[in-house]
Amino acid sequence: MSCSIADLKKGERGIITDSSSDSIPLKLLEMGCLPGNEVTLLQLAPFADPMYLNVNGSHLAIRKETAALILIDKIDE
Amino acid sequence: MSKQINVALIGNPNTGKTSVFNALTGLNQKVGNYPGITVDKKEGVCKLSRNLKAHIIDLPGTYSINASSIDENVVVELLLNKNDKDYPDVAVIVSDVENLKRNLLLFTQIKDLKIPSILVINMADRMKRKGISLNIPLLEEKLHTKIAVVSTRKNEGISELKALIEDYRNISTEPCLDTSTIDNTYFESLKKTFPDQELYKLWLVICQDVNFGKVDRNAPDISEFKTKSESDIKRLQQKETIKRYQFINNVLKEGQTIDKSKATDLRSRFDRVLTHKVWGYVIFFAILLLIFQAIYDWASVPMDFIDASFASLADWVKEVLPAGVFTNLLAEGVVAGIGGVVIFIPQIAFLFLFISVLEESGYMSRVVFLMDRVMRRFGLSGKSVVPLISGTACAIPAVMATRNIESWKERLITILVTPFTTCSARLPVYLIIIALVIPEGSFLGFSYQALTLMLLYILGFGSAVFAAYILNKVLKTKSKSFFVIEMPSYKVPLLKNVGLTVLEKTKTFVFEAGKIILAISIILWVLASYGPGDFNNAETIVTAENPNLSEVELEDEIASFKLEHSYIGIVGKAIEPAIKPLGYDWKIGIGLVTSFAAREVFVGTLATIYSVGSANDNEDEDTIKSKMAAETYSNGAKVFTLASGISLLLFYAFAMQCMSTLAIVKRETKSWKWPIIQLIGMSAIAYIIALIAFQFLK
Repeated sequence: MSCSIADLKKGERGIITDSSSDSIPLKLLEMGCLPGNEVTLLQLAPFADPMYLNVNGSHLAIRKETAALILIDKIDE
Repeated sequence: MSKQINVALIGNPNTGKTSVFNALTGLNQKVGNYPGITVDKKEGVCKLSRNLKAHIIDLPGTYSINASSIDENVVVELLLNKNDKDYPDVAVIVSDVENLKRNLLLFTQIKDLKIPSILVINMADRMKRKGISLNIPLLEEKLHTKIAVVSTRKNEGISELKALIEDYRNISTEPCLDTSTIDNTYFESLKKTFPDQELYKLWLVICQDVNFGKVDRNAPDISEFKTKSESDIKRLQQKETIKRYQFINNVLKEGQTIDKSKATDLRSRFDRVLTHKVWGYVIFFAILLLIFQAIYDWASVPMDFIDASFASLADWVKEVLPAGVFTNLLAEGVVAGIGGVVIFIPQIAFLFLFISVLEESGYMSRVVFLMDRVMRRFGLSGKSVVPLISGTACAIPAVMATRNIESWKERLITILVTPFTTCSARLPVYLIIIALVIPEGSFLGFSYQALTLMLLYILGFGSAVFAAYILNKVLKTKSKSFFVIEMPSYKVPLLKNVGLTVLEKTKTFVFEAGKIILAISIILWVLASYGPGDFNNAETIVTAENPNLSEVELEDEIASFKLEHSYIGIVGKAIEPAIKPLGYDWKIGIGLVTSFAAREVFVGTLATIYSVGSANDNEDEDTIKSKMAAETYSNGAKVFTLASGISLLLFYAFAMQCMSTLAIVKRETKSWKWPIIQLIGMSAIAYIIALIAFQFLK
């Protein structure tokens, strides 16, 4: 099933399938948000936004609206 | 004569690049500005051997050489311009052992510019705890470089790094990625058009010009060559990034092993508490409270000492030097003026100490994470928290700290409201007035005076946030909302880094503010010591009017008559009608006028005016505070009462009285429109609120 990082729950993981949306800045890609890389949702701020992620070994936080643009395949535990 | 080579320190933010810089240069460093922009330029000198010295530049932290801010752009412009006098003979790329994969992206880019590049793997002391092991010879071979494994915390690896820098001629300049593999057709045609140029450099110039416009850098003129649209270029950049990561993944597959079972995960344990829905905020506010207590309580001891020392210094100058105009200028103008600057040092040092510890430890990013959603409601970004907090030290670095806010609208609003936060220049004004009008005593262990100060800080933040809310509704600027922040690992701050930051920032502040204050003090003293007409016949007039006074009383009377009829007195009297409804007399009026250059001048101004206006020089150690407390109107009523004091506090809380901030806002927004709006808007609010407060309380 195709979903985005915004659909992850705390502790869940996924593999990025697509991050080519024009609204995703280059900086985010350079930080590792590229197809094939693994992403884990580590923490959520109050109101579930922003989201604190581990992407490809990098720890970063992005807003939910950006997270919704990065498509993933969820990894079922 | 010894030879000097240029070394550029480059790295991602949070890799300990500055620690490496500090370890290499020690105190041999200075901070300047890049010409034309307000990016800090840190450079230093390091002795490599008897006849070789390294001139080291600590470039702004960046994730890649595709710049997205003016700080990052400094890095690219330097690396693209071989004629720059700082163009590096060798680049030292600092990486963090825990984020090697991401850090290597930047390394491969710089390597491909064919600059001899050394890789520093920093924070090696954390390897064991994280279960990381590296095959250094293999990595060196695959990356065609030399590697220094460094731990600045344990002071290991620095001499090895120096040896590698010294031996820079033996570093291979073989690239990591063949640029043309990104898009064969495109790069082939590029190669044909510019046969003598480096392909990767050309490509960077193209990407760069898309984002930053043409800069004169002696690079080939690529304006003729436009076969791609902006989004096509971005697609190619994405492809390049993927290719680079493929290369890096291959290198690390063999060169790095991570045994997760050996890794201890302090990060998630700390995060669970520090970013907790409730505890996160509780801890944040407790830290803020601690900072205010420190500024008020702990700093007051050295401050009282400085205040008293300068009072006795002024007396000493008068005693030792022969009486005359020059001695008066020195004692009443210069010494009083410098005292007004030096007294800031303890508080500024405390503020920068806290801010630097919060940033170094990695905690500040957690605050940004926690506050983003809340701040967005007011049109701000989570990243606005950092400028708003550092605005409590000084609005100038705070306005510059807004650069990493991605959305222009959020950034503009942050710049506009930052001057509402209580900067350290307001502190001396607050402190002296609180000490004069707020009674002593305590409530729940906190003194009334400390609580008043805390309220003023809350008022500052509150009005910043409220103003942001209004601006967010009013401003029509449309801009993409985007936000990304790295969450660095937690670290115990390095004493050396914190110490150097505090030293550097305090020094800059004191010298910058000091120049203005000193100049204004001298001008004021001259204006207060000379005057037209009646001024020169003061003695005759006063003696004629008051024939029955004793000699001492007469002298006092003459001194204040002179001040009233001096040039400055005339100015003060002229504006008195406008400020009388606020509860101020003409002397405070002069303070207000000079404060528009910089707020901190207020106390110095009053100090100068009151020392000129009192004749009893032989009294011991007159502090500024006791002079102000003794100030009365002609009918005997005190000038500084609760009502006029509160009114003054509120005026200073809101008024935009800092030329340097206005200048920096102009630079950062590239328009006079915003600083003018700030000046008029904030000053009008200040006048109205101070007026209401005085009329209500009196």
